Amino acid sequence: MQGEDSLKAFRAEMRSWLEENCPQQMRDGRITDDAICWGGKNWTFSSESQRLWLERASARGLTVPRWPTEYGGAGLSRAEEKVFLEEMERINARPPLKSFGISMLGPALLQFGTPEQNRHYLPQIARGEIRWCQGYSEPGAGSDLASVQTRGEDKGDHWLVNGQKIWTSYADKADWIFALVRTDRDVPKHKGISFLLIDMGDPGVTTRPIRLISGASPFCETFFDNVKVPKGQIVGEENRGWDVAKYLLTHEREMISSGGTGLSGGRALGAVMAQMAGEPSAQDPTLRAAAIRCEVDALATGLTIERYKDMAEAGKGVGNASAMLKYMGTELNKRRHELIMSACGSDALEWDGPVGNRAADWLRTKANSIEGGTSEVMLTILARRVLGLPGS
Amino acid sequence: MSTLVKTEDEAMLADSARGFLDDAAPVRALRDLRDSGRAYDPALWKRICDMGWAGVLIPEEAGGVDMGHAAAGMLAHEMGRTLASTPFLSSAVIAVTILRRIGGERAKSAMAAIASGELTYALAIDEAHKFAPEATTMSAERQGNGFRLSGDKCFVVDGGFADRLLVLARTESGLTLFELPSDRTGITRTAQDMIDSRDAARIAFEDVEATGDDVLGQVGDAMTILKPALEAGQAALAAEMSGLAAGAFDMTLGYLKERKQFGQPIGSFQALQHRAAHLWCEIEVTASAILNAGRVLDGNPDEATLAVSLAKARATSTAQLAVMEGVQMHGGIGMTDEYDMGFYMKRARVSAEWLGDYGYHAEQVAALRGI
Repeated sequence: MQGEDSLKAFRAEMRSWLEENCPQQMRDGRITDDAICWGGKNWTFSSESQRLWLERASARGLTVPRWPTEYGGAGLSRAEEKVFLEEMERINARPPLKSFGISMLGPALLQFGTPEQNRHYLPQIARGEIRWCQGYSEPGAGSDLASVQTRGEDKGDHWLVNGQKIWTSYADKADWIFALVRTDRDVPKHKGISFLLIDMGDPGVTTRPIRLISGASPFCETFFDNVKVPKGQIVGEENRGWDVAKYLLTHEREMISSGGTGLSGGRALGAVMAQMAGEPSAQDPTLRAAAIRCEVDALATGLTIERYKDMAEAGKGVGNASAMLKYMGTELNKRRHELIMSACGSDALEWDGPVGNRAADWLRTKANSIEGGTSEVMLTILARRVLGLPGS
Repeated sequence: MSTLVKTEDEAMLADSARGFLDDAAPVRALRDLRDSGRAYDPALWKRICDMGWAGVLIPEEAGGVDMGHAAAGMLAHEMGRTLASTPFLSSAVIAVTILRRIGGERAKSAMAAIASGELTYALAIDEAHKFAPEATTMSAERQGNGFRLSGDKCFVVDGGFADRLLVLARTESGLTLFELPSDRTGITRTAQDMIDSRDAARIAFEDVEATGDDVLGQVGDAMTILKPALEAGQAALAAEMSGLAAGAFDMTLGYLKERKQFGQPIGSFQALQHRAAHLWCEIEVTASAILNAGRVLDGNPDEATLAVSLAKARATSTAQLAVMEGVQMHGGIGMTDEYDMGFYMKRARVSAEWLGDYGYHAEQVAALRGI
């Protein structure tokens, strides 16, 4: 653990770095669809400030603060990262880059990737040059991820991949996909899966958006038709892709869980209630009581995410318990958006009304407890693997 | 930088507390006290003091071990797990926090006496059915160089046996905190027969004389020293309630694994698995708020209100959920006196009210978060 003094010095360093490098325009709290940079070959920067912010932050390793410097990170400790995030929050700075490469694939590569793979892929992720999407779910599978049917046939120097993925978030914008592919049909279902990295530009890959109730859609269907994937693009061992997938899922759960805590998305609920002060809905005792309960739960859930990160840092990994973060975080997020809708009343019912697109955000949250494993699946994981309750 | 993980010293303290309490103060001990018509076991408290727990917040020069509020919370958690009936919160947490702030030789010797178990304290605040220190009406009228106290207090936890009382009263210039021996002339104590079988008393003050020496802190400015002590007590109580929830949950989980119906352990039924898993999640989330409250009290005590009220609110709702689910999943046997779940249920209800209920603390959180 680091001493208070060195952290103090680090805080001062970060403060002045941010002061110098974070453009003023990147410090406002309004978060719209194109406000946060997701990077990739086809990304159109919403402003010169956004481009500059990504360039400067990635040059300093701060798009992925915890990653080793040789892979484009800043090599920070957890305590230092916390300080950096606090300083970002202090000036209301937007994250310079967000991506599934950072939150999901990166951690999996750091754990399972070969040094060559890491040197090749990780710096590109850190600089936002390649945008990734996740190819896990398949039609008819739902949360039963291991029932993967997409096939990868061994053709010597490559796999020949055929099949279909669904719910591939942002596949239409992604450059590459990390996908689960069945490479052995003659073994129990968890054992014959491999984890492949596939270039979406390769012949035979097509993708199609799925329109959702929220009007827009982050989701797509992705089809593989005789796609040739070179052997060097497997992560982990052949037929052991499930290990990689499970590891990655714990990161995904952590990411999704922070949605409802106010830690990632600002203080939406408190801010809405404060804006309503003086208006009838702000005085509605039922609404206020529900908002207070939600705030209490959000603060405690946010602290739990912090605590689990602290535990991971101290080498006390939580494993399957991370299903708790996903379950609690997403249920909370749904409650929070339901309350925001109630507080805003009819102002929130238009697609682009006087309070913006609250309705689309609210509709989007309804998927939170389905995607990445349903709430019911999370509870079953906790009951069986954490509490040790017997199977039926 | 402190993190939301137990330090090695804290983990050792919690482990040894667990071992001791499982042996010396299981729920059975509380049942025996109740069945013999007693609410407090001085011998148990003496053993606990000998292990240094009463000195967890006391500076070393006053005979304590000075491990801080997070550590105090870990002890309270373990005591909550077995429903140990001790004056830990009143004496070792609330009284000590006040005495530490006051400082000086007298406070130092009082702390030493608390650490050794020689003196116990109780905090007399409540006058009506809800916690509301600012609404205190008990009067302390000026009389010469001193005061004359009149009024009634209720729900004074540990008030039946405590050697000394910390009493909040209203003087002309505002709320003032007095420290009085509990046998001073004019003080009458009546035991309240509480559902949780712990000690609590109604205390009547009839023209009780107090001198300037009996005033703690400044006349008319009680909250300056009382607020941090209340917050320390609320945080430790929250920790105790988290232990209570964990104890009730352990019982329930054991029952789910062992009890069979329709030829299967009932814990294999998905409806019960999901309820148990949800309850575990609530307990886990509350644990974070509690450790955080301890850390903030240790690091930044003057700005601990949000962290403490968050912990007490969460602990209250979690403990109540744990006992309700505990009874439900045990079925009829959970409702019997013979079974321990009822003890957890009653303690959860009493702890919910003590030092501010869910609404009181959630309102504090709301005020600080602009809702």
